[in-house]
Amino acid sequence: MDLWVGVFVALGVAALLGLAMKVGNLTSSQIGPTYSVTASFENVGSLKPRAPVKSAGVVVGRVDSIVFDSKKYEALVTINIDKRYAFPKDTFANIYTAGLLGEQYVGLEAGGEDDALKNGDKISQTQDAIVLEKMISQFLFSKASEPKSDGKEADAANKPADAKSTGVKKTELGDAPF
Amino acid sequence: MIKSKLLNSLTRTLGGIGYRMTERIWRLGAGARLFFLTIFYSGESFKRFHLTLREIYFTGVMSLLIIVVSAFFVGMVLALQGYNTLQKYGSSEAIGVLVALSLVRELGPVVTALLFAGRAGTAITAEIGLMKTTEQLSAMEMMAVNPIARVIAPRFWAGVISMPILATLFSMVGILGGYIVAVPLIGVDDGAFWSQMQANVDFRLDIVNGLIKSLVFGVACTMIALFEGFDAPPTAEGVSRATTRTVVISSLTVLALDFVLTSFMLVI
Amino acid sequence: MNPNIVEIDNLSFGYKGRLLHKGINMVFPRGKVVAIMGGSGSGKTTLLRLIGGQIKPSKGEVRVDGAVVHQQDRDGIYKLRRKMGMLFQHGALFTDLSVFDNVAFPMRELTDLPESMIRDLVLMKLNAVGLRGAYSFMPTELSGGMARRVALARAVALDPNIIMYDEPFAGLDPISMAVICDLIRSLNDALGATSIIVSHDVKETFLIADYVYFVANGEVAAEGTPHDLMQSTLPFVHQFVHGEKDGPVPFHYPASNYQAELLGHKSAK
Repeated sequence: MDLWVGVFVALGVAALLGLAMKVGNLTSSQIGPTYSVTASFENVGSLKPRAPVKSAGVVVGRVDSIVFDSKKYEALVTINIDKRYAFPKDTFANIYTAGLLGEQYVGLEAGGEDDALKNGDKISQTQDAIVLEKMISQFLFSKASEPKSDGKEADAANKPADAKSTGVKKTELGDAPF
Repeated sequence: MIKSKLLNSLTRTLGGIGYRMTERIWRLGAGARLFFLTIFYSGESFKRFHLTLREIYFTGVMSLLIIVVSAFFVGMVLALQGYNTLQKYGSSEAIGVLVALSLVRELGPVVTALLFAGRAGTAITAEIGLMKTTEQLSAMEMMAVNPIARVIAPRFWAGVISMPILATLFSMVGILGGYIVAVPLIGVDDGAFWSQMQANVDFRLDIVNGLIKSLVFGVACTMIALFEGFDAPPTAEGVSRATTRTVVISSLTVLALDFVLTSFMLVI
Repeated sequence: MNPNIVEIDNLSFGYKGRLLHKGINMVFPRGKVVAIMGGSGSGKTTLLRLIGGQIKPSKGEVRVDGAVVHQQDRDGIYKLRRKMGMLFQHGALFTDLSVFDNVAFPMRELTDLPESMIRDLVLMKLNAVGLRGAYSFMPTELSGGMARRVALARAVALDPNIIMYDEPFAGLDPISMAVICDLIRSLNDALGATSIIVSHDVKETFLIADYVYFVANGEVAAEGTPHDLMQSTLPFVHQFVHGEKDGPVPFHYPASNYQAELLGHKSAK
């Protein structure tokens, strides 16, 4: 009888381990020691704490907190980045959407400076989340003002704004290339 | 004449409602009292843990089969239904997420608790009710042995320990069942199935919260079963009614608690 | 030392205003077999529960070895109960334990005796009731008489000073009855204990009891040695002892007028 209870408890522990390793993100979310940097955005869209921070598609950290800065009327996002990965000071932070309707994440694009970001630094170059409603109204508006153009804007809207080419902080969606 | 009859039946109905309400509240109080006494006398039963081990065998190990088999089917059905809907939106790879999240967050703890109430809860109520009917509890008390420490507490802890283990097994087996339908049968990509799942199931927010739920359900279901047995009138009819009540009250309590717990957990 | 191990003093007890006992006085001297007799529902078993401290009296008191039972706290009551052994009406054996474990139960729960000593003691107790050979049986495999003998072995497992028997003869065949009857007397004398028997079986009880109390209508209706009571001319005792159908205890439960109820049930309401 005790043997069976032992087997029972062992099965339970094994199932929990299985859930944690195979099903859950315990293995992937364990990102060891981290350093934190901040970045301010005019609009974070639906970004949430614990959202992934990716660079070149690889998860390098997680969003720690999102607070509202009442002086600048901006959102201040704190992100934790794995200590193994160093990023230059002029790294660019974007908020992307995974797929058309998927969850939002922070994308980091490395700049060219030699100095690396340190704990408590602030990323100065950011780009806001794309808000679908704004984008659609923008699109319709431009459509209405330029009745001749057809289709090209729609193609452009499918791609996220190419921030690298413009290189400056975008504040208005109007600056997006469409 | 008619008026007085109406008035009469009205007072009787109101009186009946009032009586039932007070009885419910009385039972709630008596149940809470038993709960605190159980906690209070648990020390004695921990000293002799083999008693609890024995009850884990009867409540946990004996429930294993029904849990594993139903989990397997629930997982398979989830995968089938989920695939049917998801493929319309072209995201059939998300089936792993769907199966895993529904099992880990909701179905694992809730269905396990409902099955537990039916399988182990009724057994506990009937056993304790019969022990009372055949004066075994009285005899124990006359031997200066506290029935709460000797009979109630070990069963309580056995239920509390068994439930999370059973719920975890349920989730795991259910996911395996979903995997078998989704990957070999339907042909969803094996890698996408697991990787999407891993990307979207959070250990703390989903798995640990599911465990907390099942722990709470374990306390509720076991306590209800124990109280109904302890409180059953010492007749055959009384025990059979108590057994029925265990299933009904446990099920309702689990579903209501599930709503409360979920709303707490999602707010965070 | 007080010659009476149990004393019941002006005891009243009732449920919801209806008094079951109205001022009962009884004494149970050490070393004797004392019987409490009375019809069904006269509150005999309740008296045993009052002695055991499972319920509290409405008025009056029960003293066991000088201590007032209902004034004890939980520990005090448990301490008193360790001096008592009780045989329940249907044995109340633990159905999930074997015969051996049933008898060993009080020793394991209440003492720190090593397992080897418990084994010897259990076999001794089982031998005393003649069931040493049945130690491995489960209670469901026993006949009614055997179950009661096992329960008796369990009741005396810790050599109590007081042994209480709740209807020890009910529902037994004549042979088992004779065996139990003999056991009660011999165990009482061997242990030097006091036995309290609650019963309505006149023949067997009178055979072993030293003193008998008759309870009726919540009061002690008669008391005395079995010999005295057999000769008693009290109508109730006479009716009970000789098993007559009608007498002071009426055949009919109190009811409204028979004729009126049959003929005019509408107007009766």
